[in-house]
Amino acid sequence: MAHLINEKQQEVNELLPGQQSYAKIDDQIGSMILDQKRHPKIWYIMLGFGFLGANLLLVSIAWLVYMGIGVWGNNQPVGWGFDIINFVWWIGIGHAGTLISAVLLLLRQQWRNSINRFAEAMTIFAVMCAGLYPLLHTGRPWVAYWLFPYPNVLAMWPQFRSPLIWDVFAVSTYATVSILFWFIGLIPDFATMRDKTKKASVAKIWGMLALGWRGSAKHWHRYEQAYLILAGLSTPLVLSVHSIVSLDFAVSIVPGWNVTLFPPYFVAGAVFAGFAMVLTFAIPMRKWYGLEDLITEKHLDWMAKIMLTTGLIVFYGYLCEVFFAWYSGVIWEMAIIQNRFTGPYAWAFWSLWFCNGLAPQILWSPKMRANKLVLFTVCQLVSIGMWLERFVIIPVSLHRDYLPSSWGMYYPTIWDFAFFAGTIGFFIFLMFLFMRFLPVINIFEMKDLVFKKSHDHSHDHDHLLSASGAKGDE
Amino acid sequence: MSKTLEHSEVGHHDHDEPVFYGVVAEYDSGDKLMEAAEKAREGGYTQMDAFSPFPIHGMSEAIGFKCHKVPLSIFGAACVGAVVGLALQYYVSVIDYPLNVGGKPLFSWPSFIPVTYECTILLASLTAVFGMLAFNGFPKPYHPVFNTPNFDRATQDKFFLVLEDGEGFDAAKAESFLKGTGADNVTSVFADEAGAWSV
Repeated sequence: MAHLINEKQQEVNELLPGQQSYAKIDDQIGSMILDQKRHPKIWYIMLGFGFLGANLLLVSIAWLVYMGIGVWGNNQPVGWGFDIINFVWWIGIGHAGTLISAVLLLLRQQWRNSINRFAEAMTIFAVMCAGLYPLLHTGRPWVAYWLFPYPNVLAMWPQFRSPLIWDVFAVSTYATVSILFWFIGLIPDFATMRDKTKKASVAKIWGMLALGWRGSAKHWHRYEQAYLILAGLSTPLVLSVHSIVSLDFAVSIVPGWNVTLFPPYFVAGAVFAGFAMVLTFAIPMRKWYGLEDLITEKHLDWMAKIMLTTGLIVFYGYLCEVFFAWYSGVIWEMAIIQNRFTGPYAWAFWSLWFCNGLAPQILWSPKMRANKLVLFTVCQLVSIGMWLERFVIIPVSLHRDYLPSSWGMYYPTIWDFAFFAGTIGFFIFLMFLFMRFLPVINIFEMKDLVFKKSHDHSHDHDHLLSASGAKGDE
Repeated sequence: MSKTLEHSEVGHHDHDEPVFYGVVAEYDSGDKLMEAAEKAREGGYTQMDAFSPFPIHGMSEAIGFKCHKVPLSIFGAACVGAVVGLALQYYVSVIDYPLNVGGKPLFSWPSFIPVTYECTILLASLTAVFGMLAFNGFPKPYHPVFNTPNFDRATQDKFFLVLEDGEGFDAAKAESFLKGTGADNVTSVFADEAGAWSV
């Protein structure tokens, strides 16, 4: 038993280097909000950058709604272009957030504590960006509510056998549950902010958000029940969402799409892209705000390992696609693979293999994982690679199907690019607002780590066990 | 409880009269709080609550609190979500708007699984969060315990134990008991006004 305790302690110590105390945690995280002077110049630069992007998004939406989706490069046969590529890309990015929050909570991985809050925020913002695409792709977003089943005067109901309706349910449920998960995690931290601030007017705002939270053991009891079950609910949810997104393709008969591999392969790809994005924000943020003690090298290392693992799964998927096409003996399937290798979009295919297949292999080396510049670069390549993956799946499969007479090419227009750049700007804008105005790291869960660390020198092992919840391990 | 009611009535008639809420002790560590709570339960105190900036496992057992309302209601909501989700699709696809799609049967249930599943999760999750808030009695911005000196530290770095007023409750006895548990401060806490704070 003592051996187990030592191992646990060591892990906690590695996750929380430096002499931490409850008050120091409050100060480190809380001061990002309460001490508005703490924000470096880079915050303004990034926010300004994001603000421009958000405006570009507004202009693109306005022009699209005014002119119709003809301003996009979608055509026949490629009816789905940038809109669905980017939809799937953004949804995928969101997935790391839920995964870090929910799956790692269920697995009692304490290293999640310092990254879950902003990963969850990332999820919500990514889903917001993702949701715009199918909404606007309908061409008449003002009647998008027709997608929901409600008793209406048209006497029309949605078609429940269509994967596109499954998407409506999956994505809206996912968005709702992500927001709930985020909010429930924030309540105790709102209370901390309420009690920590010295300005009465600010305290009022936090007080309203905290709903009267006072840290009662009875409340924590129900809170933890709800939080854990919510994690249990969102774990299969996150897998189902991306599986359903992949069924949009797999349920069709388009060569290159009609594959049973899609659900697991899409989910792995989503985690892959999601962790790349978490690292993209975590690496600079910890430096700008001096959070190195909270988001440690160890965290970055673990995330890099998850990226490597999911990257290998994704690459296995690519190999499987080639194998399936050959093994199925279906000429259209073989043709689509040949087209990927040598067709007009071969550049995308080979860049994809480089970005997602080759580049992440550098993460096998512990030295390279520890090098933040390398890690950051790999993350960027993975983000590009995952975008290319969806490009290869969507337009490249659509542009040549069964009948050569209906072949065509797909060229995105400037508005496709503007819209995409706009969502990225919008995402950055929201992320940087979040960093300034909400606790970016989960305060109460970090204190829980400190509490466990404080038992380091305790000889009362029995007590440690009962206090840290490890009773069940006995 | 009867004593609380009595006080409430007094408070109702006369707003200047503060209503006694309980005796609160402040500790500087979670371990001391846990020990004190265990001692208090052994000492026969039944109505108490502990306050800490983070959840301390085993604390609810220490104060003798057990509640399964949240998990049970989530389970109920999940069942309702599943039934409603499937029933909706059955009503739409079979009864109200039957369409022959690719020769599939009207009740082609395998294609109804995703929506049924999402409805289950949605209703269960909403119940998890709003059920938890409701059972905890939130939102409740005013509570007598907030009158405890230094209580703003309860969400930061201090730990509090309150022995609540009730039948046969002796405030003086409780105060001396708490002083013997390693508390930094022990105070009698009063509510500003009589109100319902039972949750």
